[in-house]
Amino acid sequence: MQGLMQAGLKSIDRPVAVAFGFIVVLLLAGSLYSSSFLSANYLLQQLQVAAFLGLISSGVMLVILLGHIDLSIPWLVTVGGMMSTAAAGWWGPEWAIPFGVFCGVVFGLVNGLGVAILRVPSMIFTLGINAVAQGVMVLHTGGFAPQDSATPLMRWLAVERTLLGIPNAVFIWALLGVAIVVMLKKTPLGRYIYAIGNKEGATYLSGVNTRLVIVTCFVLSGMCSALAGVLLAGYSSKGYQAMGDPYLLPAIAAVVLGGTHILGGRGSYLGTVAGVILISLLASILSVMQMPEAGRQIIYGCVIVGMLLVYGRGQRVVG
Amino acid sequence: MSAPSGTLADWRLRLGQSQGALIAVAVFLAMFSLYIANHPAGLTVPVVTTAANKAVLLALVAMAQTLPVLTGGLDLSVGMVFVMTNCLASTIVSGEPWQVALGIVAVLLAGAAAGFVNGAIVVYGRLQPIITTLATGAIYYGIALLLRPVPGGDVDPDLADFMTYTVFGETVPTALVLLLAVVILIWLPFRNSVVGRGCYAVGSSEGAAYMSGVAIGRSRLAAYTLAGLLAGVAGLMLTFVTFSGEASAPIGGTYTLNSIAAVVIGGTSLYGGAGGAIGSIFGAFILRTIDDLLFVFDLPPLWQPLFQGVVLLGAVSLGAARVFRVKNRLELFN
Repeated sequence: MQGLMQAGLKSIDRPVAVAFGFIVVLLLAGSLYSSSFLSANYLLQQLQVAAFLGLISSGVMLVILLGHIDLSIPWLVTVGGMMSTAAAGWWGPEWAIPFGVFCGVVFGLVNGLGVAILRVPSMIFTLGINAVAQGVMVLHTGGFAPQDSATPLMRWLAVERTLLGIPNAVFIWALLGVAIVVMLKKTPLGRYIYAIGNKEGATYLSGVNTRLVIVTCFVLSGMCSALAGVLLAGYSSKGYQAMGDPYLLPAIAAVVLGGTHILGGRGSYLGTVAGVILISLLASILSVMQMPEAGRQIIYGCVIVGMLLVYGRGQRVVG
Repeated sequence: MSAPSGTLADWRLRLGQSQGALIAVAVFLAMFSLYIANHPAGLTVPVVTTAANKAVLLALVAMAQTLPVLTGGLDLSVGMVFVMTNCLASTIVSGEPWQVALGIVAVLLAGAAAGFVNGAIVVYGRLQPIITTLATGAIYYGIALLLRPVPGGDVDPDLADFMTYTVFGETVPTALVLLLAVVILIWLPFRNSVVGRGCYAVGSSEGAAYMSGVAIGRSRLAAYTLAGLLAGVAGLMLTFVTFSGEASAPIGGTYTLNSIAAVVIGGTSLYGGAGGAIGSIFGAFILRTIDDLLFVFDLPPLWQPLFQGVVLLGAVSLGAARVFRVKNRLELFN
């Protein structure tokens, strides 16, 4: 029994434990301020808001595990939101979600091809795709005055709570999360992702089609961002320009706070979940305390640096 | 190893090393000629001065970005330091001449201090530069908001006019003189110093640099600190151009991202160890001239962002040519 517990504890590594510990501390500190911080309703509300960031971070995590980064998140989220609502206007509401996600997949595919085939550093190539996506969206709104209001299904998915009073968005995040955990732990693809993050050349020499794995991860990242954009459009009832701008830094921060190494090869999905909840909760508590934006930004930065100094330090160079 | 200086082989080596920067210079000259040829006013001092004032801001931020990139790192906070020093300058660079002078020194020190904090966390905290500067960027943006919750402020008008117009009998834009001064007084001495060479060594191979006795910590720290200082110079210049300060996250983000693009276009490797700030200056000029070209060719405004994006993507993909030249695919994995 004790051995089992130790094994269970071992599988939760230090960053994840610290991140969850910090979440508990945040909640307790918040409850000193107002008892409503511990109410089920407040916690569910937090999970609902965290779900959008959770979807984005899931894709970002896959790309970071490879040792790459995806800076096209902001406008791929926007593409998802704006193209889904536009598709509803063009061909009817049933096309909204598939088309929004499809557009994210297309941009993700271009990201993947640029990084895997052309070997342009992902940092700069995804930045270029971000600019292109922005250009396409500006052109899109300017020319046709397209529909921008979300369909009832999008609103239902993002806002409503059906089963057991749990928000639907949380279910979507949970489904995606389970799929990613299974992929990372139980499929060759997942193993290849970690392997590429550790040593791409060695993985290639082992006979893995590394290009295909890289393209797949960028496609998944584009898909996750666009899906989050679709839901965000549902949450705020419409898709609009720059709606994804506030999500890039929190998404990367959530993944890294969850213990995923920014240079790839190491990290667990549970950590990313912890990071997402931590970031969302921190933002929520600071806004409830009516902290001005300036203070929020400073605290936010200090928390990231502080937590990483506790468990994210690199090795000393010794030759 | 290296050829004796002054010989033909030495020059060939040097030319080869600055190939990226030379291409950037050539592309810029071609684009700027095209711009001037199609500009209704032609090559006049006001046209060049306007172009220079805009371009020098990005050029300074791109120079700042170059230093951490050379060490194999990255500074995602460089745009926020730029915004923070802009807000600070709009608060303290006015009044009596001695107050103005003191204000300028304080602004530059603030920029350098921000860079030093980045460097200290990267070197002594041993955190990854990307995530460190992502976090400190949020802190510097918060400080900018504290300094200037709403856009506004003031700057010494005589000095601002002087810095944004011309010198030498109204022929040369002051901004270009400032840029040249920064290159001659800061960049060239730094590159030729032991610490500056250490930055290249760390970026090429940290382990080898350590074994050769290079002070890797000191080199890194100097690179980030100098990056903060240069971003501070840019922030000061922005205040002279706009006569005010604004804590704007979009401005900071845009400058950070464009600075990375400028560094890459200017021939500096994102993996570190090769390139230089002069190339980045021309990379920045190229990015700015693209905007100006769109203006003179009367491209419909709606198409401009897309066109800019496609050009940016194309420019950064140029390096992909090497992929089709390698004979052994293993060479790609490093």
